Amino acid sequence: MTTTRDARTSIGRDLALDLYQTMMTIRRFETIAGELFAAGRLPGFIHLSIGQEAVAAGVCAALEDTDYITTTHRGHGHCIAKGGRVTEMMGELYGREGGYALGRSGSMHIADNAVGILGANAIVGGGIPMAVGGALAAQLAGHRQVSVSFFGDGAVAEGVAHECLNLATLWKLPIVFVCEHNGYAEMTPVSTHLANPDVTQLAAAYGMNATAVDGNDVAAVLAVSREAVARARNGGGPSFVQARTDRWRGHFEGDPQRYRPREEVQAMTDRDPIAAWRSVLGAEHGVSDDELDSMDDRITAELTSAVEKAEAMPLSDPAGLTRFVYPEASR
Amino acid sequence: MTVTKYWQAINQALHEEMARDDSVIVIGEDVAAPGGPFAATKGLLESFGPDRVRDTPISEAAIVGAALGAAMAGYRPVVEVMFLDFVTVAMDQVVNQAAKVSYMSAGNFSAPMVIRSICASGRRTGPQHAQNLEAWLAHVPGLKVVWGSTPADAKALLKAAIRDDGPVYVIESLAEWSTRAEVAEGEEIVPIGSAAVRHEGEDLTVVTWGGAAPRVATAVDLVHDVSVEVIDLRTISPWDRETVLGSVRKTGRLLVVHDAVVEFGVGAEIAATVATECFDQLRAPVRRLGAPYAPAPFAPQLEEAYLPHPEAITREITRTVQTVRNAS
Ligand SMILES: Cc1ncc(C[n+]2csc(CCOP(=O)(O)OP(=O)(O)O)c2C)c(N)n1
Ligand SMILES: [Mg+2]
Repeated sequence: MTTTRDARTSIGRDLALDLYQTMMTIRRFETIAGELFAAGRLPGFIHLSIGQEAVAAGVCAALEDTDYITTTHRGHGHCIAKGGRVTEMMGELYGREGGYALGRSGSMHIADNAVGILGANAIVGGGIPMAVGGALAAQLAGHRQVSVSFFGDGAVAEGVAHECLNLATLWKLPIVFVCEHNGYAEMTPVSTHLANPDVTQLAAAYGMNATAVDGNDVAAVLAVSREAVARARNGGGPSFVQARTDRWRGHFEGDPQRYRPREEVQAMTDRDPIAAWRSVLGAEHGVSDDELDSMDDRITAELTSAVEKAEAMPLSDPAGLTRFVYPEASR
Repeated sequence: MTVTKYWQAINQALHEEMARDDSVIVIGEDVAAPGGPFAATKGLLESFGPDRVRDTPISEAAIVGAALGAAMAGYRPVVEVMFLDFVTVAMDQVVNQAAKVSYMSAGNFSAPMVIRSICASGRRTGPQHAQNLEAWLAHVPGLKVVWGSTPADAKALLKAAIRDDGPVYVIESLAEWSTRAEVAEGEEIVPIGSAAVRHEGEDLTVVTWGGAAPRVATAVDLVHDVSVEVIDLRTISPWDRETVLGSVRKTGRLLVVHDAVVEFGVGAEIAATVATECFDQLRAPVRRLGAPYAPAPFAPQLEEAYLPHPEAITREITRTVQTVRNAS
């Protein structure tokens, strides 16, 4: 077995395979969810992160279960990478009693206290201050936890994003702001919605360390995340990571995407973070295609079983509509 | 008259008002080049150009506030705040600023602006995209709130809102987005503050609005032994007291049906007013039917149970007319 290590990140073979597994689990989860949605099996609407998997995988590989994250409407990937359970996620997408939130919340609101997922969020910018609060709690408790907020380039235009950058710097909070910069806020390109599309410059103006990284390169994302997380854990305060990446799908499933040419999406698939990592696995870690294919099969089997279990879950029970409006003894 | 979809009626109102009045401008997220997240602003950019039709960043507080400033300085901005839930992010500009400009300046300034939002209740969009927040808005003096439940009203109310000299919040029903009905071309204005009697009756008045109105219509078709008068409020604030009180004086019974949670809702305002003004004519306790005191749930069977459905409405109609006063 090879012991080759990536020079930048000293990624060993096991970690390299873990990163691949996380990215592929996200890709398959999203692909299956997209198919189920197209087939009319999932209610409401869903936003997929296909193409952006390296950000979720790279950042979360630098975190512990006890660390916190908050995420967005496009948050399935972050939840999976942070250790969220795919069966309960799927159940929630279906709106079933066995979903994470008894089916009452849906795709945009996965939360799991056991693995530090403070929550996905349907309000753009809504999760950023909660991550600041997680960092505040971590600082107060002194448990050396770190908080990470994932948000998009679009969210940077919300005032609350700036309030959070300021507060986190002032209080030297253990937080990493991760801007998943895919160049779009819904149908509007970044040239129309951000005066300065280089968000690291905005963050740097608050006095925190801010780094731009290729968000399709999982090793590079992991490297900057480790540095930022170590800074936070060691009392060095907040950091900002701008991960440039690509949203392959429409804003939501069913978006006809009239605002961008097909070639644009074609070019994105040429920068596929998973295909790139597969090559690295082969070239630097000696992982065979067979090995990866069988890992893919295991992932598909796990997700197929998650779908079967979700479909077998009972429909959410209307008798429980008002449960947990106020806290009850925790489940 | 032409048969028009709900969203197209809104689109027509915007086209007509922008053509009529150069001071009308449209701003919001995805409203210009993409033509609106749900196509309500389709074609405006092409017809009126990028100065008057602008895509904005995701900055609700800034864009509502900027609309306010531009309104104070002579324009008539129409801001789209995509989902009603998102106005919470801009609440300072709505509540503390826009609604109070006329009052605080003793009429020296006014804010002729419109904020439009869809209410996505009934479309399985979950707790942060499906709220019926009209009571929040109606509770603020200085802010008018309208909600057309039909294509014709959606259009005519939006036109009235744009012409109003103060801030008007226009709520639109996503659940009705593709509903077709006859809509007048050109000048048809529904004055703000006027309700519509949808169905005349003698035994009971049902007051409703917005997303609940179509389900009330379905329910009334299912009821055969009770003569129901249905009033679609259309304007939530200031509400048409005259029409409602006149109707209850005739029928002696009132049921208010809305999709928002019952507690502290607009129905309470109407019920209290009727209880005071129609005390002598009331033959049954005033009833309210709305959502239980919980956030809007995502799962279809939960949302079905959450919103007043036609069967629940007919049940409540029967219950109200069957109530008899104890002899004393
Ligand atoms: C406060 C608020 N405003 C608007 C929206 C509608 N909306 C949902 S996602 C989105 C675009 C977000 O863009 P970005 O932050 O870049 O995230 P991405 O979708 O690209 O992942 C918008 C405008 C919302 N959910 N919340
Ligand atoms: Mg984006």
